[in-house]
Amino acid sequence: MELEIHVFHYLVVSTVMLFCGIYGFCTRKNLLAMLISVELMLNASNINFAVFNRYLFPGQLEGHFFSLFGIAIAAAETAVAIAIIINVYRNFNRVLTDDVSHMKG
Amino acid sequence: MNIATLLHMQPEVMLACFIIILLFADLTIRQPNHRILQLITIGLLLVHLATNLTLSEETLFGGMYHSSPMSSAVKSILTIGTLLVVLQAGPWIRLSDNNHKAGEFYILVFTTLLGMFFMTSAGHFLMFYVGLEMASIPMACLIAFDKYRAGSAEAGMKFILSAMFSSALMLFGISLLYGTVGTLYFSDMPEHIVGSPLQMGALVFFFAGLGFKLSLVPFHAWTPDTYQGAPTTVGGYLSVVSKGAAAFALVNILLRVFGPMAENWELLLSVVIVLTITVGNLMALHQQNMKRFMAYSSISQAGYILLAILAGATGTAALTYYILAYMAANLAVFCVINEIEQHTGGHVDRDDYRALYTTNPRLTLVLTLALFSLAGIPPFAGFFSKFFVFAAAAREGHWIVTFLALINTVISLYYYLLVVRAMYIDPSDNPAPTFRTGRLGQLTLVVCLIAIVALGLVSPIYETLCQAAMLTFGAN
Repeated sequence: MELEIHVFHYLVVSTVMLFCGIYGFCTRKNLLAMLISVELMLNASNINFAVFNRYLFPGQLEGHFFSLFGIAIAAAETAVAIAIIINVYRNFNRVLTDDVSHMKG
Repeated sequence: MNIATLLHMQPEVMLACFIIILLFADLTIRQPNHRILQLITIGLLLVHLATNLTLSEETLFGGMYHSSPMSSAVKSILTIGTLLVVLQAGPWIRLSDNNHKAGEFYILVFTTLLGMFFMTSAGHFLMFYVGLEMASIPMACLIAFDKYRAGSAEAGMKFILSAMFSSALMLFGISLLYGTVGTLYFSDMPEHIVGSPLQMGALVFFFAGLGFKLSLVPFHAWTPDTYQGAPTTVGGYLSVVSKGAAAFALVNILLRVFGPMAENWELLLSVVIVLTITVGNLMALHQQNMKRFMAYSSISQAGYILLAILAGATGTAALTYYILAYMAANLAVFCVINEIEQHTGGHVDRDDYRALYTTNPRLTLVLTLALFSLAGIPPFAGFFSKFFVFAAAAREGHWIVTFLALINTVISLYYYLLVVRAMYIDPSDNPAPTFRTGRLGQLTLVVCLIAIVALGLVSPIYETLCQAAMLTFGAN
């Protein structure tokens, strides 16, 4: 019984993180703040993987490995995203979504 | 486990070697080397195409990697698509802002292709996820390739942010699935899939994530901006090769993993298909910019691709054939758009195409036939591919969706013909000047044209795909 409560608590944290990330992604105007929100979402699933592995399937390592790969890939994505945001800044002199939107329709 | 097992994943190993070869070629050949690098890339892709003939079912690394006749066929199709893109890259990569970065362009293209290969033959969610990211991160670099053009940077930014958002959603879905099942191997999963609420949640998150990649309708907002801002060559690559790989990965996972929940995802898929086709078509109606227009057209085409998924295992052959026919037509259109853009100083509006027939009759003919094929007019490949998809979906009893899709083909015919009308009938004071397409561009157009005409008439192609599907998914 105690075991389930532990998993449940972790899941609440990770789900709150996910939806905070989604909310942030939809409402923030600054590109870097949007990037931070997405990181929050990615970390929510990493927590899930680690928790499920630790509490539900303690004999394996699949979940832990998945979160390791998840962290590495998130880092790669962030690197490219920041490079592109720097390029956006050079072209527009702004990093706010309202200003960086020439294409519409 | 010995080194010989690596031979079973020969397409991937070869592609990795090609990346290294290109890297060294880029370093050693003196600038400007864009022309030589293009020829080397074409040669490498041809070698790859000639040697990719695995027809047996192989499972490597304890089930992580799974190659089948179908995935091998899909890989060949993706390679052909990449080859056509590389062939038409010339006029754009030759520009003074880009020609010193030609090596990077081809390496990035190969990297995305490698990611798509891993994605199509994944047997484990980790492999799938790594492949997907390997395909989408370098893709963002390709989209933002024109460093000094604001549109390109904006498009790259929109792509990478929505790609990250979608993969985060997908990852959350996979994590929920892991929590209920306890394994991430595709082959071990179906016996634990019972359709519990948590698994439903996982399915929705996962589908939303891949829906972004495939630009299905509630998740399509990034597509038009990205296509418009990206270099035209990259736009073609994005619309065909990337989409084809994602579609095959989706059908693979829906059938292999979520198979026991079929009645759940069939409803979800039906709604999304109808929305995708209809919204894509309606938005395409009033587009002036040709690249934006092709983006909405590709959204609605993605809906037709999904219709084949709805038909289950029997639909995979139709799906692959649809991707092939769509590729030939779409890459021809993008090639023409690219040629006109590069020779007229960046004109990509439909009004710039007015009276194109009077100045460039042969280019106009190619564009017309490609648009006919996209619209599904009978003798061309597009008709047969749509026919097979509709037949597969109708055979499985999805009458309403098929009917709504059929109505939509009429709408799509209207807007494709708007372009044709602009080129042949509408008068213009200053039509685009007469120009000569480069030799490789001509070759691309000829190959696409032959494919558009021949794919539908040469029946062994579809029969081969059917056989491959039968061997892979046990369909009949």
